[in-house]
Amino acid sequence: MLTKRVISCLDVRDGKLAKSVKFVDTKDIGDPVEKAREYYEAGLDELVFYDITASHEGRGIMLEVVRRVAEQVFIPFSVGGGLASVSDGGAVLDAGAEKVNYNSAAVKRPELIAEASRAFGAQCVVLSMDVARSRATEALPSGFEVVIHGGRRRMGIDALAWARRAEDLGAGEIVVNSIDADGTKTGYDVELTRSISRAVNLPVIASGGGGENEHLYEVLTAGEADAALVASMLHYGTHTVAGIKSYLTQRGLPIRKPPARLS
Amino acid sequence: MITIVDYDAGNPTSVGRALASLGQRYQITPDADVVSRAERIVFPGVGHARSTMAVLRERGLDEALQQAFGRGTPILGVCVGAQLSLSHSEEGDTPCLGLVPGEVRRFRLDPPLKVPHMGWNRVRVERPHPVLGALPEDQELYFVHSFYLAPTDEACVLATTEHGHRFTSALSRDNLVAVQFHPEKSGPVGLQLLDRFAAWSP
Repeated sequence: MLTKRVISCLDVRDGKLAKSVKFVDTKDIGDPVEKAREYYEAGLDELVFYDITASHEGRGIMLEVVRRVAEQVFIPFSVGGGLASVSDGGAVLDAGAEKVNYNSAAVKRPELIAEASRAFGAQCVVLSMDVARSRATEALPSGFEVVIHGGRRRMGIDALAWARRAEDLGAGEIVVNSIDADGTKTGYDVELTRSISRAVNLPVIASGGGGENEHLYEVLTAGEADAALVASMLHYGTHTVAGIKSYLTQRGLPIRKPPARLS
Repeated sequence: MITIVDYDAGNPTSVGRALASLGQRYQITPDADVVSRAERIVFPGVGHARSTMAVLRERGLDEALQQAFGRGTPILGVCVGAQLSLSHSEEGDTPCLGLVPGEVRRFRLDPPLKVPHMGWNRVRVERPHPVLGALPEDQELYFVHSFYLAPTDEACVLATTEHGHRFTSALSRDNLVAVQFHPEKSGPVGLQLLDRFAAWSP
C-alpha cells in the first residue's frame, strides 16, 4: 500500500537556507543543496523548496540551486514561492524540479492552475494554500479562510471551496499550510487538514506546526493527510529523518524504509 | 552510450541526470534514426497516452522503437514509456507500440484511495530478473500515474504493487524491461536499478 510521506520544506532566500517563523523573522541556517543531500541520504521521501527571495537577481540564484539539487538528489522535489506564470513554472521544471508549487498567484488568477496543468500535466502542479482560522460566515462556511502574503492579506475565500476549485482546475496535489500553527511547533491544524482532505480526492500535504513526532502521527491519521511537511524539527537537529520514520512505523503507519547504505 | 528518447513527454533530463550520477554516458534525442541504431535505450515519459503516441508517430519513433526491440537492443520503458510498450491504452483509447501484448487501464477506485497513485509504494518481486537484481523485499519506489499496466501474459510480470488492487509494476519481454515507477526519482535503490539496466545483456 501507498506509504505516508515525510517531506521537508527548505525556505531559500538569496540562495541560502532560511527558516521563517510566523513568516516574519528569518535567519539563514545553511546551504540548501547540502541540506537537501543530507536529508536525501537519510531517507527523506520528498523535498519542497520555497523561494522567499524578493529580488529579481535572487530568482536566477534559485534556479541554480534547483539545478545543483537535481544533479545529486534523486527523490521528487517541488519548487514554489513567487511563481506567477506558466513560464515561471516551466523554468523550475527545466532546472530539474519534479513539481511546481503555486500559491498567491493562483489565488489572484485561478486560471493559472488550469494553464499549468495543461502545459505540464496535473501531476506536476501543486496548489499551496495558506489558511487562517476565521469566524464562520455565509461567505466562509468552514471558518477557514485563504490568505496570501504570509497571512498579511485575508482573501474572503473559503479554504474548502478553494481546494475543490483547484482540483477542478487541474491541480494534482494540495499543500495546506496553517498560518496559525506555522512556526509554533505545537502541532498541525488537524481539523483543517482533515476538512481539506475530505473535500478533494487529491493527495493532501499538511504543513505548519510540526514540532514532535506525535504531531506527524496525529495529522497523518486523524488529519487524514497523505504527507506531512517538517521544517525546523529537522533543520535545528532536534529530530532526524530516521527517528521520525521509525516512530511512525512503530505506531503502525505505512512508511518508506530508509534506504540501505549508499554504495 | 545510453540513448534517451525525447518525444515531448515530461522531462528526459531527469533520467539523464540519474545516469550521469552513475558515471553512464547518455544522449537525449528526438531522432528516429539515432534511436533505431542505439546501443541501449531508455524510453521515459510522463503525459497523455494518445497525444504522446501521436508525437512518436510524427517523429517516426514508433517504428524506430519497434525496430530496435526486434533487433535485440536493451530497452527500459519508464512510466508512460512502459505503458506505451503495450498494445493499447484506455487513455484516449489509442493503439500503442505493441512490444508486449496487453492493455493500459485506468484506476477506478473508491475514496479514500486517490488517483493519481502518487508517492512511495511497495514493489513485490514476482520473478527474478537481472535488472531488478536483489531488490529488497517490499522495497518502496516512487510512482505517479493514473493508469496501470495489464499485460495479457502473466509470465512477463516481474513485480506487482498494491493500490486498491494488485497491478503490474514491472514487466519484461525479451530485451525489454518496463517499469511503472520512476527509478530516477526512487533514491539509491532506483539508481541501482538503472545501473543494472546499463550493464544488462539480454
